[in-house]
Amino acid sequence: MRLEPIANPTLARTTLPPAIAIVATVFIASILAMVAGANPFAVLGLIIKGAAGSKFALLETLNRATPLIFTGLSVAVAFRAKLWNIGAEAQLYAGALITVVLGTGMLPWASPALLPVIALCAMLAGAVVLMAPALLKVRFGVDEVVTTLLFNFIFLLFISLLLEGPLKDPMGMGWPKSQRLIAEARLPRIIDGLRLHWGFALALIAAVAVWVIQQRTTLGYEMRAVGLNKEAADFAGIPVNRVLIKTALLSGGLAALAGFSEVAGLKGNLTLDLSPGFGYTGIIVAMLALLNPLAVIASALFIAGIFVGADSMSRAIGVPTYLADIMLATALLLMVLAILLTRFRLVRE
Amino acid sequence: MDLFDILLSASFWTAAIRIASPLIFATLGELICERAGVLNLGIEGIMVAGAFAGWMAVYSGMGLWGGVAVAMLAGMMFGLIHSTLTVPFGLSQHVVGLGITLLATSLTYYAYRLALPEVTSPPKITAFKPYEIPVLSDLPLIGQALFSQTPLTYLAFVLVGLVSVVLYRTPLGLALRAAGENPSAVAAQGLSVTGLRMGAVIFGSGFMAVGGAFLTMSAFDSFFFEMVNGRGWICIALVVFGAWKPGKALLGAILFAAFDALQIRIQQTPLGANIPYQVFLMMPYLLSILALIAMSRRAEVPAALMVPFNKGER
Repeated sequence: MRLEPIANPTLARTTLPPAIAIVATVFIASILAMVAGANPFAVLGLIIKGAAGSKFALLETLNRATPLIFTGLSVAVAFRAKLWNIGAEAQLYAGALITVVLGTGMLPWASPALLPVIALCAMLAGAVVLMAPALLKVRFGVDEVVTTLLFNFIFLLFISLLLEGPLKDPMGMGWPKSQRLIAEARLPRIIDGLRLHWGFALALIAAVAVWVIQQRTTLGYEMRAVGLNKEAADFAGIPVNRVLIKTALLSGGLAALAGFSEVAGLKGNLTLDLSPGFGYTGIIVAMLALLNPLAVIASALFIAGIFVGADSMSRAIGVPTYLADIMLATALLLMVLAILLTRFRLVRE
Repeated sequence: MDLFDILLSASFWTAAIRIASPLIFATLGELICERAGVLNLGIEGIMVAGAFAGWMAVYSGMGLWGGVAVAMLAGMMFGLIHSTLTVPFGLSQHVVGLGITLLATSLTYYAYRLALPEVTSPPKITAFKPYEIPVLSDLPLIGQALFSQTPLTYLAFVLVGLVSVVLYRTPLGLALRAAGENPSAVAAQGLSVTGLRMGAVIFGSGFMAVGGAFLTMSAFDSFFFEMVNGRGWICIALVVFGAWKPGKALLGAILFAAFDALQIRIQQTPLGANIPYQVFLMMPYLLSILALIAMSRRAEVPAALMVPFNKGER
């Protein structure tokens, strides 16, 4: 068996495989819902209703999408240059850490001065966290997939250490959590009365900014060139290692903004369950968006909707919420296959 | 307790070998995949699935070895999905592997919640018991460590020898290694690169799942969320540390497990009590990264690792 490129793909060829992938994902989820003894139509209906059925549901989905846009962008930027950053989770916590360090009274400034400083410092922290694996890759050729994955575990333990030590809230009844941010360090709501903070707007701005960097700057061009063919990029005089380091800085910074936005916009303090795997889910967000920064927004909204909807469905009829994770994993695997099949066919010899 | 007292105690080495056992299975599994040219990042999720499948099978009335077989089959099923996507279709091994880890983990948790709704502490099974091999287990120091383990640990050691023999002494092993070094040469011999690679990933994934099952059926006797806890990623580092050779990978796993057993013991000393426990928990991951750095210059990576093979394409 081998793959054969299709010279002139028809409209059906380019649209059918992704459509079938979506239908198949829903079909598999339906079967699993039936295994759980539930009516699949009721389950799917409740997921949609829970994700977008009311103003409350919709706001919840937008809030959940916010960190996913940041981590999705982080992964999209890195994967485009074939820098396999699986460490968005650690970088997110680095951003959250800086936010509580600077935002609990250390800098007694007004919001307009304080928030940008915290955001920038958070980005810097995320960038630094990714710098170790990136330098190990560039200097020693150590595969960054494994190192970034391992750093996630190390960094979470480090956060745990801080939350039980120097960062522990003395008024926290013994729980491992940080002090709450001062009011000036909180991201305000976009519209009064609506539970949606400026982190969401910042995420949209970040997506556009990344798109501009990728499409309109030399760095963006170099990142794509390195991702497409490292040897050719090197031959063309592109400083491959420097580009990889810059990519890592940007990618780590974006993931850290997710931590900043979650702490300053939503939670108000740092705990060990700040992120239910936003860093890992960012990989799916980015892949379903085909690494396109603007499509990351839509992809994050879709995935956030599935999570929020599944939570609400699970509360209503007791099918485990892990159904959402299964749907995403299935969608990811089927979609990468479907996209390949829009351009290639498998032929038997 | 003195460091030497620890290192010379039989219980320390017994613990080290026990900790090493699941790593040996999973590292061998990953090694087989990578030797054939496929990076399998599904390892973490496949270990979770194996841990659950084996334990659940025994809990629902199967024998212990039946449970091991069920775990192996579960792993092979995920290996089949992984290899179908990465070998004939040549999709990104990074993306597919992470997708398999997510799929296997979430399917496992879903199945766990369905099988045992509303349980606060998971039920226990009667796990494998240590079996003392007569005479040999009376040897000083290594006797207890090597010959009073559970049957699954013995199986792990037997498997290292078996995989070595198959890889280096049989035509199949030669073809498998060639598929990871120079697939065109394999194809020129009239052999199927697709078949070899898929077979390697399927069997390798089965071994990973047995590694997971060791946790629920030998090291402990029940299933917890997050019980694999990054062991899969550590095994990927161990493959590199072992330079893609079964014997060296075995040594790496034991060395690694010895450090792990050592840190647990140091935690209990007066010195260790003053250090936050998180520092000790970080050690295995830090050690893996150090191992990767140490081996980075010397390791001979299979030349066609992560390179999809498309016949007739140059």
